Amino acid sequence: MKISYYPGCTLKANAKNFEDSALCSLKQLGLEVEELRRWNCCGTVYSLATDDLIHHIAPIRNLIFSKEAKSEALMTLCAMCYNTLKRANERIKKSRDDRDIINRFMDAEGLAYEGDVKVLHLLELLRDEIKFENVAKKVVKPLKNLKVASYYGCLLVRPKEIGLDDVENPRVLENLMTALGADPVDFPYKTECCASYQTVDNPGIVAERTYRILTSAQRAGADVVSVSCPLCAFNLDNRQKETVNLYSDFKKMPILYFTQLLGIALGCPEEALRFDLHGVDPKPALKQKGLL
Amino acid sequence: MRINISQKKVRDQFVAKVEELSGQKILACYQCGKCSAGCPAVSEMDILPNQVIRYIQLGLKDELLKSNSYWVCASCLTCNARCPKGIKIAEVMEGVRQILLRKRKDRIHIPKLTDKQKEEVPQIALISSFRKYTS
Repeated sequence: MKISYYPGCTLKANAKNFEDSALCSLKQLGLEVEELRRWNCCGTVYSLATDDLIHHIAPIRNLIFSKEAKSEALMTLCAMCYNTLKRANERIKKSRDDRDIINRFMDAEGLAYEGDVKVLHLLELLRDEIKFENVAKKVVKPLKNLKVASYYGCLLVRPKEIGLDDVENPRVLENLMTALGADPVDFPYKTECCASYQTVDNPGIVAERTYRILTSAQRAGADVVSVSCPLCAFNLDNRQKETVNLYSDFKKMPILYFTQLLGIALGCPEEALRFDLHGVDPKPALKQKGLL
Repeated sequence: MRINISQKKVRDQFVAKVEELSGQKILACYQCGKCSAGCPAVSEMDILPNQVIRYIQLGLKDELLKSNSYWVCASCLTCNARCPKGIKIAEVMEGVRQILLRKRKDRIHIPKLTDKQKEEVPQIALISSFRKYTS
């Protein structure tokens, strides 16, 4: 199966640590993916209105680019890209009317899109194609004694038709952490919203959410929290500055992309893990466990 | 607070417009409150998600639009996943936002954002915020 890789905007800037660690990990696993030669914004949020077709142009255009590259699947790392691309794709598959309107609007692309490119998240690729037991075989540095709380947020699991795991109690990230030799810890806030884009004009809400989510992970005994969305990562990591001001009992904790933990376990060099891009430095916690 | 309800309000085009934009049947809601019980944003809302639905059922357009709840909703879809009647509450919130946005009543004004606000957040935050809050 030929798979194209769609990075999305933030992985090329603030979340370079997400992209670099994922690409290095895939290389270590013997799987190389090719970045789409042309791509544009995914739209970031799927429009929930019944008639708002213009907001589905951006994701569908990316799927047309995948089709042009003769790929059967488009892989993303970012949870928001994954959700938006997959939902737009499903909509096109279900509604012939919407598909015709969108194709007519983009007739300059020279290719009518039928909804036949599969949208995949890296986690699905690892779980269903490579399989976690094979990932485990490639581990050179097991994440021994590292207690990891996996935070899914909203868009990997909701809505149900799109989600890559159970809507209320997903386990895929925990299962991956087990394969890497870490100790996954469960916590009740793993699918609770971080307040998302409200971080722009109302960071206080995000700081409040960060407190609830991270103290819950700490109570469960976690050393670090792993995430799979650049917006969740920014909110949970960088808004801890504000959280400290709101709650004197709050203790800061490191936030890592699951791909950074994967990269450590698979022996990626530190340049590919980019710990310099974090608000809360994850190195002390990792050094303490002998992982750096 | 005294609220007057009338047939005229219930049959107002506002109710029909929310139903059209959201694709949801508002009267299907029997006010169990499951959406509000699981909503992570209720502490910031001045009326609860089930009350948003109730206000629309009763055609209380002005009272609803005065609240901040439909702007605070960030479409995390927890309510949708749990509603026993299969109502997509997040879509209803989007419908209300769209009614205002289509009249150019934006929630945020991009030129008024400070450089600090724009520089500190990642692109993904800005774009999603503009998509949800501007027309």
